Amino acid sequence: MDKYNIYEKILLYSGILVFMIFILLPFVEMFYASLRPLDHLFRSPYQFYSDDLSFWAYREMWNTVPMLPRYIFNSFFLASVTSIITLLFVIPAAYSYARFKFPFKNSSLYILLAINMFSGAVLLIPLYKVLRTFGLLNTYQAMIVPGVAFLIPTAIWLLKSYFEKIPIDLEEAAFVDGASRVQILRHIIAPLSTPGLVVVGIYAFIGSYAQQFLFAITFNQKKEYMPIPSGLYEFIGYTTVKWNEMMAASLVGIAPVLIIFLFLQKYIVAGLTSGAVKN
Amino acid sequence: MNQKLKSYTAQTYIAYALIAPAALYIILIVAWPLLETIRLSFTNSSLAGEDYVGLENYQKMFSSKKFNGIVTRTFIWMFFSVSLKLIIGLIGAVLLNANLKGRSIFRVLVMPPWVVPIAIGMLGWLWLYNGYFGIIAGVGMRTGILDGPFGFLAYKQSAFISTIIADVWVGTPMVTVFFLAAMQGVPRDLYEAAYCDGASRWDRFFKITLPQITPVIITMSLLSAIWTFNSFEIIWILTEGGPRGSTTTLIIDTYKQALGNYKFGRGAARAVVVMILLMLFAGFYLALLARINKKISHE
Repeated sequence: MDKYNIYEKILLYSGILVFMIFILLPFVEMFYASLRPLDHLFRSPYQFYSDDLSFWAYREMWNTVPMLPRYIFNSFFLASVTSIITLLFVIPAAYSYARFKFPFKNSSLYILLAINMFSGAVLLIPLYKVLRTFGLLNTYQAMIVPGVAFLIPTAIWLLKSYFEKIPIDLEEAAFVDGASRVQILRHIIAPLSTPGLVVVGIYAFIGSYAQQFLFAITFNQKKEYMPIPSGLYEFIGYTTVKWNEMMAASLVGIAPVLIIFLFLQKYIVAGLTSGAVKN
Repeated sequence: MNQKLKSYTAQTYIAYALIAPAALYIILIVAWPLLETIRLSFTNSSLAGEDYVGLENYQKMFSSKKFNGIVTRTFIWMFFSVSLKLIIGLIGAVLLNANLKGRSIFRVLVMPPWVVPIAIGMLGWLWLYNGYFGIIAGVGMRTGILDGPFGFLAYKQSAFISTIIADVWVGTPMVTVFFLAAMQGVPRDLYEAAYCDGASRWDRFFKITLPQITPVIITMSLLSAIWTFNSFEIIWILTEGGPRGSTTTLIIDTYKQALGNYKFGRGAARAVVVMILLMLFAGFYLALLARINKKISHE
């Protein structure tokens, strides 16, 4: 029943082709533009063919955007610190949700889900005022602190489901035999939950890498702390845009998340969808 | 059961102690700002200081034609964006669910817009939408649909549509992936039984697949509505709410009032409206989720 005749196959493949063009065209065009010389790009109407493609823009962009290495470092630094702090908060909480029974357990889990629905934009005003009062505007902290808050809810849900997969019998057996909670944590939970921790850590990394823009343009004006998205956005504002270099720099900014994602997409998608589809 | 064992999962104080750091963090960074926003909405807070002004911000806001226009626009923008995401996502999921060669590659290839930082993806769209040199204007001019350069983001209507399309691009992969996951969860014997009874592919889709994944479709519509409502970066980078306010949604307006003009009080009043609408959405969503979970546990 899963066999298609030739017409159905043609129909399905052309459907997929159209769908893929919509999804991938921006990336393909970004890459193509990054390879073309500027005078080919600045021809109207658009020319589909260029004969002298090169990676020149990938060399030249470092001169055009002199702070680019710093932006890249900032993006990585912010995303790493944000995800590590997130994990520190999330690991004990998720473990508690997975293992203990206590009053308000379910209602607090639902509140966490609800938090996910508030965009940062609603909270920006008081956060801005507080950061200003404490002199924290234009620092790394200004972007890390709100970033962590918006990653905690989903990360708790994700990690909770991983902890729940570890059979509780193992822990209980050790507990009855007189192992302390710390020993159980070190010798049973930690080794068995490593894959889950990696997935949640990566979720947090990709998430914080992606959410940097809003907090960065709102709480930080200093170039030396800007992550890639706001650094490049700033650049579009005040010069005639050298589109080939801009696209090259954008792709360099995209590459790390895309590579991490391609390697681990199976686990990430399975984790995220199982939460929302089955619950 | 062993008395000691029972105590293993029932020590409430340990449970709370483990949750406390995360809970305190959320209270400090999310819950308190929410309450503070409500308080600020009754003040004329700005960089200069603040005084309580009662309901003035709300009165001004609701009596302004501009604000009412923004609310209407937000819902129209949302309606088109969400509907397109759901329709394209459903078609996409059906295509990627078909038993074809290469489908595992296609399933990975739909995801990039979802994982890539939105802000960077939008830099790409800025180039695509470029009126003189962009590929879309280029195709339009070469096919004669456009009779000259056309800045998609420079005119009211085209900017409105262009931001919707970019938003659909960002949101569709996730919808597709969730629908696909739901379709793969439909028990195979249902299809086999229907096939033996001679049901056509069409019938099988409308009588088995669609009813089976309806809970996921409803959940995704709500979630997608919430995220679309919150959409900020896409519009901000493409148009900053322009031209002449034609892409200014509630979120953009809130941001502009609060952090563009530093009128925290007025911004906060708008943020409160956003909050109330979001709470309505969230309430729907959670009620729905609770109902679906109940149904599942009854079966």
